[in-house]
Amino acid sequence: MIMRSYLALSLALFAAPLAAQNEDLGEPVGEGGNVETAFEESASDEGGLTGSVTDESDWQDLGIAIPAFATDRERSTPANASGTGALGGEIARVITSNLRNNGIFKPTGPDALPKPSFAQITAPSWGSWSGRGAEMLVKGYVRARDDGRLVVGCYLYDVALQDELIREGWVVRPADWRRAAHKCSDLIYARLTGESPFFDSRIAYIAETGPKDKRVKRLAIMDSDGANHRFLTLGSATALTPRYSPDYSQLLYLSYVDGNPRIYVYDIGTGKQKLVADTGNPTLAPRWSPDGRSILYSMAVNGNTDIYRVAANGGRSVRLTNTPGIDVGGSYSPDGQKIVFESDRSGSQQCYVMNADGSGQRRITFFGGRCATPEWSPRGDQIAFTRIAGDFNIAVMTPAGRNLRVLTNGWQDEAPTWAPNGRIIQFFRTARNSGRSGLHQVDLTGRNERRLPTPVDASDPAWGPIRP
Amino acid sequence: MTIPNTRIIAIAVLSSTALLGACAKKAPEELPPTPQATATPTTSGPSTAPSGPGVGTQGHFEQAVGSNAVVYFDTDRFNIDSTDAAALQTQAQYLGQYSQVTITIEGHADERGTREYNVALGERRANSAKNYLVSLGIAANRISTVSYGKERPVALGSNAQAWAQNRRAASVVIN
Repeated sequence: MIMRSYLALSLALFAAPLAAQNEDLGEPVGEGGNVETAFEESASDEGGLTGSVTDESDWQDLGIAIPAFATDRERSTPANASGTGALGGEIARVITSNLRNNGIFKPTGPDALPKPSFAQITAPSWGSWSGRGAEMLVKGYVRARDDGRLVVGCYLYDVALQDELIREGWVVRPADWRRAAHKCSDLIYARLTGESPFFDSRIAYIAETGPKDKRVKRLAIMDSDGANHRFLTLGSATALTPRYSPDYSQLLYLSYVDGNPRIYVYDIGTGKQKLVADTGNPTLAPRWSPDGRSILYSMAVNGNTDIYRVAANGGRSVRLTNTPGIDVGGSYSPDGQKIVFESDRSGSQQCYVMNADGSGQRRITFFGGRCATPEWSPRGDQIAFTRIAGDFNIAVMTPAGRNLRVLTNGWQDEAPTWAPNGRIIQFFRTARNSGRSGLHQVDLTGRNERRLPTPVDASDPAWGPIRP
Repeated sequence: MTIPNTRIIAIAVLSSTALLGACAKKAPEELPPTPQATATPTTSGPSTAPSGPGVGTQGHFEQAVGSNAVVYFDTDRFNIDSTDAAALQTQAQYLGQYSQVTITIEGHADERGTREYNVALGERRANSAKNYLVSLGIAANRISTVSYGKERPVALGSNAQAWAQNRRAASVVIN
């Protein structure tokens, strides 16, 4: 009896910290299924059309007709209550809004177009489309397999040339039908612009509710277009600054769940989390290396904050900066060789580049304002940052700190994060006085800016890579 | 030996505060209402005021130190100036008298900073206040710190006056 109660007590003692650590977590959301490529043959294997997406005004004039995807025969599917025919319309709508919302093309969606038959998918009636002013035509089909999975085919035609430009197909679980629509959007975007894809990706961010002095901040995730939204934490503890792991299996973020700012790694599959660096000191600003094997974090010791690196599977931390002052954040170049970070060692927040081992630290910004939250583009050619010069704006520059361009003009635009292809930047904008915040995105021209709808206010976005 | 030293510092600090009082630019123009009739701990201990908050509570601490529980900082700064020093001196006197009391210093920043930098800045401010108390003889292990960055403003406007009130290190007794 005595022995048993002693055992129970010691178990409780061990369990207590873990339970406390997980007490703000919601139910695990699980992981999505794979998307399998069904076919890859293509009528044309040329590269993208000539021209650069940096001048996107050209593309906005490109008319693309996207009629409803056809189905070989109407079948029921968990993906749509009305069956595969209605699902084909939904897929075309997702593609239309993807291409329109990002200011890239001028698409016409299925609700304003005739519905092609299944046989017409591979044999378009050219005359009827050229008469509608469409230069490009997207067609596709959705077919429910006997095992319940869906096959989605996607075809891009040049109406003037009366030729197929590219085709691809995917096999997805019914729950992943939107991924097929994003894959098709990516196929079209990449073929027409010559740029890398970005639609089939996810975003982690902080959902905000409540008054300015009692803000509730929850960890949340969603698809690149805002769909499949999930809250991961309950809101009893303030959550900040999430980052998706490159394989989407984990999230790094800051939580006050034990009363202090600490970074945790949250496992999306299990819904459990653990401390990243159990040192007893405040830790913040977590970042993944591009290969997912290392974690950068910042730690304050006696008020002095420096940047550290630790292996993602644990072990000893390596200190990368050691100046008095605030060295914080950090973003790896895509090859993992360099890190851009911010430091106030000069007296104000400025951006610095160092080698991945901490050597060769040098300041790259001298523009007269302050440089904060630098993020290296996945393409490697640009660094986005928060430019503080009176107001807070999103700006980009080269990794050498040259060719600074300001892309936004809000009162407080903060914390840029790159689309997987390095052509679009997401950030959050805070309103003066009310403190209300929302996610916005802007392309590299600065001309195409839009708000990304979220169920509640939103901040601290982190855009993940193209999904595996 | 330490007591006279402390007293000299206190006198020096208080007199310099009086001289600088007129140009203390960063003190917020609108302070939260001061608790009326601030009781001096030396004259009215908890035993003589059984209805008031007991030693070791936030209420007792606030009653004793009043608005000196919070110190304020300039934009992006974390140094302890003469006004801050006087406030911390009051806190040190309280902590010297009630040696069983431990405090947490909460560091904060205004909304006009980026989120992560502000967490680090709040940590720096809380540590500045802590180090000053330690220099006055308070044991470091009686003072913990936590930074809330810009997450917990007390003044809700977006103007210089509100920001001045939010750039602060607030000492609290957590029991």
